[in-house]
Amino acid sequence: MASTKTSAPVAFSDLLSALKGRFGDVVLAHRSDFGDDTVVVQRERWLDILQFLKDAPSLAFNYLVDLTCVDYFGQEPRFEMVVHLLAFESGKRLRVKARIPEEDATIASLAPLWRSANWLEREVYDMFGIRFVGHPDLRRILMYDEFEGYPLRKDYPLKKSQPRVPLLSPEREEEEGI
Amino acid sequence: MHYTLRNKLPSTALFTTVDAVLNWGRLSSLWYLLFGTACCAIELMQTGGPRADLDRFGAVFRSSPRQSDLLIVAGTVTYKMASRIKRLYEQMADPKYVISMGSCSNCGGLFDLGYSVLRGIDKVIPVDVYVPGCPPRPEALTQGLLVLQEKIRKQRYLAREA
Ligand code: SF4
Repeated sequence: MASTKTSAPVAFSDLLSALKGRFGDVVLAHRSDFGDDTVVVQRERWLDILQFLKDAPSLAFNYLVDLTCVDYFGQEPRFEMVVHLLAFESGKRLRVKARIPEEDATIASLAPLWRSANWLEREVYDMFGIRFVGHPDLRRILMYDEFEGYPLRKDYPLKKSQPRVPLLSPEREEEEGI
Repeated sequence: MHYTLRNKLPSTALFTTVDAVLNWGRLSSLWYLLFGTACCAIELMQTGGPRADLDRFGAVFRSSPRQSDLLIVAGTVTYKMASRIKRLYEQMADPKYVISMGSCSNCGGLFDLGYSVLRGIDKVIPVDVYVPGCPPRPEALTQGLLVLQEKIRKQRYLAREA
């Protein structure tokens, strides 16, 4: 495939020192497995850090590829936000993560930075119940409004059913625990 | 169905013959709704295509429920979709028939544990013929249509039930 890169990708060590120079010790952990550069950052600085990654001329991660969440049930903090970024100019990719505790499941919304974050954050809210502070329209996106609970949380009952229409016969003999 | 003469007349040769003609007309023109919910719909399209050729049994798809006699529920039914399917079924004119196509539509199939999936369309609307398979081959769905035709052939409209 013909390369369309117009600038050299920033080295991961330079990226880490740029973050350290700007914010101090916000990077809690970093990994670089199989060429996938990953930083775990403080949740409190989430919006600032991503704004910096987007706007700093040497980094210029101008494309939000994906935004999702993982439920590490039983661990503390329980949830982990995952964001995948791409810099169009250099072709550099970066994965940014932040842990979110269960009792305060909130994080800053990235919708002001990337419009593609809007629906992705609504999906994470729908499935995991993470509340995005500053999101313009935080509603369920896949499930219906009457739906109770967050189905991709690991403690959502496996056999729970929430029909929207009256049923002619019951779906299950009994609700079995798993 | 609120026909005045419905199943009121004696089973004489005249009325059973009229019934047979009506049934023949119905079973030979089973127009089905152009409707599919998941991967089974791909096999439904194959069944309507030139190789299996459902048209030769008088079954052609219509894109309006008002013109359809048969609803083939082809694919996984979510709770969200179930309310739409129920509405489509209610919009169809009597007499109407339902074929449930594939494991998902029969009982939830491999999405049985899903948080959003209805475990069988028969929980929402009555079903005449169940076609097993994941997905059923076009031959299987054709067989399902033939079974439904046999069922219709035995129905009585004017004459009393035998
Ligand atoms: S029965 Fe199989 S082929 Fe049909 S909709 Fe379900 S998963 Fe798809």
